Amino acid sequence: MDFNFTEEQTMIRDSLERLIREQYDFETRRKFVESDTGFNAKFWGQLAELGLLMAPFSEEDGGLGGGPTDAMVVMEEFGKGLVVEPYLPSVVCGGGFLKRGSKEQKEAYLPGLMDGSNIFAFAYAEPKGRYNLADLETTATKDGAGFKLNGHKAVVIAAPWATHLIVTARTAGGRRDANGVSVFIVAKDAAGVTCRDYPTVDGRRASEVTFNNVVVGAEAVIGDVDNGLPTVELVVDEATAALCAEATGAMRVANEQTIEYSRNRKQFGTPIGKFQVLQHRMADMFMELEQSISMTYMATIRLADDVETRQMAVSAAKTRIAQSSRFIGQAAVQIHGGMGVTDELAVGHYFKRLSIIEGEFGSADHHISRFTKLSAGQKVAAE
Amino acid sequence: MNLEFSPEEVAFRKEVREFIEENYPRDLIGTAGREDLTREQFLAWHKVLGKKGWSAPAWPEKYGGTGWTSTQRYIWQEENARADTIMPLPFSVSMVGPVIYTFANEEQKKQHLPGILSGEVWWSQGYSEPGAGSDLASLKTTAVRDGDHYILNGQKTWTTLGQFGDWGFFLCRTNPDAPKPQEGISFILVDMTTPGIEVRPIKLLDGGHEVNEVWLTDVRVPVENLVGEENKGWTYAKFLLAHERSGIAGVARSKRGVERLKDIAVKEEVDGTPLLETPEFARKIAQLEIDLMALEYTELRTLASEAAGKAPGPESSILKVKGTEIQQRLTELTLEAVGHYGAPYFYGVQEMGGNDNQVGPDYSNFAAENYFNMRKTSIYGGSNEIQRNIITKMILGL
Repeated sequence: MDFNFTEEQTMIRDSLERLIREQYDFETRRKFVESDTGFNAKFWGQLAELGLLMAPFSEEDGGLGGGPTDAMVVMEEFGKGLVVEPYLPSVVCGGGFLKRGSKEQKEAYLPGLMDGSNIFAFAYAEPKGRYNLADLETTATKDGAGFKLNGHKAVVIAAPWATHLIVTARTAGGRRDANGVSVFIVAKDAAGVTCRDYPTVDGRRASEVTFNNVVVGAEAVIGDVDNGLPTVELVVDEATAALCAEATGAMRVANEQTIEYSRNRKQFGTPIGKFQVLQHRMADMFMELEQSISMTYMATIRLADDVETRQMAVSAAKTRIAQSSRFIGQAAVQIHGGMGVTDELAVGHYFKRLSIIEGEFGSADHHISRFTKLSAGQKVAAE
Repeated sequence: MNLEFSPEEVAFRKEVREFIEENYPRDLIGTAGREDLTREQFLAWHKVLGKKGWSAPAWPEKYGGTGWTSTQRYIWQEENARADTIMPLPFSVSMVGPVIYTFANEEQKKQHLPGILSGEVWWSQGYSEPGAGSDLASLKTTAVRDGDHYILNGQKTWTTLGQFGDWGFFLCRTNPDAPKPQEGISFILVDMTTPGIEVRPIKLLDGGHEVNEVWLTDVRVPVENLVGEENKGWTYAKFLLAHERSGIAGVARSKRGVERLKDIAVKEEVDGTPLLETPEFARKIAQLEIDLMALEYTELRTLASEAAGKAPGPESSILKVKGTEIQQRLTELTLEAVGHYGAPYFYGVQEMGGNDNQVGPDYSNFAAENYFNMRKTSIYGGSNEIQRNIITKMILGL
């Protein structure tokens, strides 16, 4: 048992914590979120300079030799600062696929990803697919040596900032079949790619992306044709664990701000933090946070395990984190009273981010359901 | 005990339904709940009802009420919820109106009740202050007597839609030396065009401009605008809050909301099965319906005892707590139901979209924004913690 961080991971945390404190205060964030691009290019460049974009990649791939735990450390700090820039879509998802790609793909895309000049967005969700990663209506049909893509991807986070898209599409089989899913790298400026950009309620940017006879070569396929689903599931589990880490960072700050507010806000001649009903609520918030941190660590460590163990761990963590995110977000707003529902205070923005995290990469219902099937399957197998 | 509607009540429902179908402004259909409505849009249905004599069903007939039974009022609420109408705002009809006809003098009644009934006059609330929220009695805004006027100074906040206000009802401290803070407060009506009043918007976390700060600097208000007795305003304030709370249950609206949620959950599919038929989600909706039923019959019992002559009492706290919890849960489940399409920010989508201003299905619009906005309901009108204090103190005697 070892829950300690390496020296490198501690350095990542310290340098990122300082960078966010000095360069990404709440009002600066607001300024960039409300700007035309919604993106802080200087900050993104600084992340690259600090080596954070290359942290989770092996030295062989040109990275710093870290892994999911490094991404976890980064995302927790992102959560604390409500950072909107696309570490998760580009480094965790885009990088997650590329590091399982061919030598040529790595050489072509990883240097740009690690220096921040290439940004990847992960176009997996579809208007009717909900959280089923295989429920795809987007198709990739054989076209000479390559493929032709057609379809519509929904709420593609960070697509407005992206240079490249990782796209899941059906190359064989029926809708929702496990077989017949393939993964493609598509340049966002490829002919036939259309992005309808918009802001999200939690301060990020997304696009509805449509593919109209988009032609890609055979070298655009990551992994095996038709057999991409296991990799998609793996990368989404990694991304889910990273998202859990982001949530714990956001929950931590929501709790801190709430405790601070309850110390300063006086009603009936006393700080409201002296009222037992609120004290117990904050004690509950604390317990929710601690359990969420535990589950995030557990899931991050289990990413390297066998498929079933990994999936159960991630689903358990995401369920816990979705529930805690809701409890903490709502309680933080409630204890702040009217101020909690204003745009002015940061706490409402933490609540909004936590509310969207609840559903990202699967809601609590989705993950309980996946966990239930796996857990029941183990029991059946044992008998 | 009888839960059936009489033939007269069934006929009444038909009459009401037809009236709404024929008279509800066409251009307002489907806009209820939007935060970018104009003053005219907010008041349009109120004005129609004013002409018909139906704008204040709960009032005594002699002041312009309809004389309906509590069951008829319940049917009225249901039919309006069914048509999703923009109802008269509570600040005038449900809040200041009853205070005026109960405690104000004849001239004040004559001056103000007609405008409330007709929907011509917009009323704003001046209760909370930055330092006086749950502890409302600690309010600091002063009204100092100067000849025939009070001079008002201070700051009010959370004034809902105060940007449209013609008149406001304000709680002000008239006796700073009273032995208890509750005893030095007066209830004063203020013409919002009086010099020295500044209404400043507060942006909320859903992006809307629903509430305001109201700053008062040497605002001169004629003494005849005092309601009832000086320093007795707390009594009227509490009376008003109990009225506010009883309207706050929102049973009919929530029932309509459940229907809408089910419509969404039929269209959304999980692996080919409607979301409504998945065990996880089906149970949540069932639980919501059961809780709503418990609220509904609790409200009906309360209405029956009000009809028997009992003024709304501390029991209305039950309706406030349970009613707002249900309203909030509805928005939680709606956000869950729409899946990925909860994330797009509606006004941002419109702003960046040009002619193409739709992302996701219609029913996903505002799903997250409504969820965020409805957090206010367990805070306003006396937070739900305060409601539990009221129950503990006033009912349980602890």
